[in-house]
Amino acid sequence: MSAEKLIQLRGITKRYGTGDAAFLALRGVDLDIHRGEFVAIMGPSGSGKSTLMNLLGCLDTPTSGSYQFKGIPVEDLNKDQRSLLRRHALGFIFQGFNLLARTSALENVELPLLYRGYTRKQRHEMAREALAQVSLSNKERNTPAELSGGQQQRVAIARAIVTKPDTLFADEPTGNLDSKTTVEIMELLRKLNEDRGISIIMVTHEDEVAACARRIINVRDGLISSDTKQ
Amino acid sequence: MIAMLFNALLIAIREIRRNLMRSFLTVIGIVIGVAAVITIVTLGRGTTETVRQQISRMGNNLLVVRPGQGWGSSGAPQFSMQDVEAIRDQVPGIASVAPFVSNNSPIIYQDRNRTYDVQGTTPNYFIIANWKVGTGRFFTDAEVTESAPVCVIGETIRKELFGEGVDPVGSKVRVKSLTLEVIGVTAAKGQGGFSDDLDDNLITPYTTVIHRLSGRQGGRNFNQVMISGQKDYPTANIVADVAALMRERRRISASEEDNFNVFDSQQLAEVMSSSTKTMTTLLGCVAAVSLLVGGIGIMNIMLVSVTERTREIGIRLAIGARAREVLLQFLVEAVTLSCVGGLAGIALAYGCCYFIAGMIGVPFLFDPKINIVAFVFSAVIGILFGFMPARRAASLDPIDALRHE
Repeated sequence: MSAEKLIQLRGITKRYGTGDAAFLALRGVDLDIHRGEFVAIMGPSGSGKSTLMNLLGCLDTPTSGSYQFKGIPVEDLNKDQRSLLRRHALGFIFQGFNLLARTSALENVELPLLYRGYTRKQRHEMAREALAQVSLSNKERNTPAELSGGQQQRVAIARAIVTKPDTLFADEPTGNLDSKTTVEIMELLRKLNEDRGISIIMVTHEDEVAACARRIINVRDGLISSDTKQ
Repeated sequence: MIAMLFNALLIAIREIRRNLMRSFLTVIGIVIGVAAVITIVTLGRGTTETVRQQISRMGNNLLVVRPGQGWGSSGAPQFSMQDVEAIRDQVPGIASVAPFVSNNSPIIYQDRNRTYDVQGTTPNYFIIANWKVGTGRFFTDAEVTESAPVCVIGETIRKELFGEGVDPVGSKVRVKSLTLEVIGVTAAKGQGGFSDDLDDNLITPYTTVIHRLSGRQGGRNFNQVMISGQKDYPTANIVADVAALMRERRRISASEEDNFNVFDSQQLAEVMSSSTKTMTTLLGCVAAVSLLVGGIGIMNIMLVSVTERTREIGIRLAIGARAREVLLQFLVEAVTLSCVGGLAGIALAYGCCYFIAGMIGVPFLFDPKINIVAFVFSAVIGILFGFMPARRAASLDPIDALRHE
């Protein structure tokens, strides 16, 4: 594994609210993640794992501390610059799939490409390729309602990887899936990590799911309580 | 910037297509508003034009001098041939003058007997009142001089007394004790400025009426004087000059009111056109309000749509859409909807105009100006009322938006 540093967190805190109602969700997190890693972030609800995930995914900014993504100080970026960083370097997979309803799988996968100035032909090609990678070439025209949960999540994964991001953020990717489909999806993520070298950072509360990752970070009360590599 | 706009248009069209029913409901207000404005203005113009045509059918720059004030002529003295000659010789700007006497009389042809307007005049009247020969010919000045028993009849009389397709020229009709030969039929004019039938008249030399019908000679025989003003000469001047002359001839003192009136068809045309124009403007404004309400409808649905599509906005933001791109998407969506609504409104207006114009017998006058104005107005409404929902969408936080149920 290459030792190139992808993510470096130093003394990250995140506070919600002000005054008496203030709540410290993260209380000084230090974390390094290298390119090509497959990391699972675990922890009970309220532990701060979602907050950590949102910060890592550049969807949010820390109250204090420094976050460097590939050497870029994220805390210094404004909203639009963070949007552009997400657009060009990150992919997202959500628990609820978050596909556009009444929209074909192909068009859903094309969605991120719309913001990247590709031609219609290029978009089609790239989206088809991404759908092929998640073995859904035969479902291009189907809308989410016509797909099973596992298929929907595969479309969402195709959407996340169609831009060829360095890093994939997966927030409870199997939370809405049965155990058999869970295995399928985790197998897919593992393949993307191993074959294509995409770094994956995943939040989960299921031990079996976390077991697929090569590194498990436990978060408790706003701090990293354990960090084990398998 | 252009690429971003094009992109926003692409995304907006996808969204509109994805929700056809919602899009349709969103634009229906604009469609109706635009259609109403264009239909009203177009029909209004058609009506104005019809009124103008009807009045111009009455004659070329026609002025009519009548005894008395208003429409009644009871008591006031009528006009003599000397009056007619004085007007002809002393009033500038006049193209033609004709004495005119008219009475409602029964006209008999074979077993048919109906009452029509029997008019006695000179051949000048045909020019003044813009009569054209339908069939046969008009009578001549010589026939006036010799009180010839000839007449020209209107299309209505021909139809009603002689029947469809019958040429009455050469036939004889009886008016009271007098037998007149029909020498011509006037080309049909249709309705006049008061929606009256202009074709139910029988025109004969005034001498025939006076000498043979009423039995009077000389004196004040005429209940109207028909005047045609020269083209481009202001009719108001003619009205003033004729009035001054008549006051002098009738010896009306400065403190007395006129015992005659001068009707100016151009002035009538102007008054009637301006009243239909006012009406059109008024109705157009009411319709414009409905266009505004349509715009509020767009804002309403777009606001609901932003709430309903919070997750979608969250996804877009998460995968890297900038706030301004989301703003532009929703703005372009609103503008596209309102423009499509505007175009559909124009199409609907055409259907309505065509149908209604045919129904109420008004010409269908295409006015590109009102179409452009209505279209631009609907686009502007899209921008104005699309902005607030678009800004709300753009200001969403991606994390909150994604969590939104």
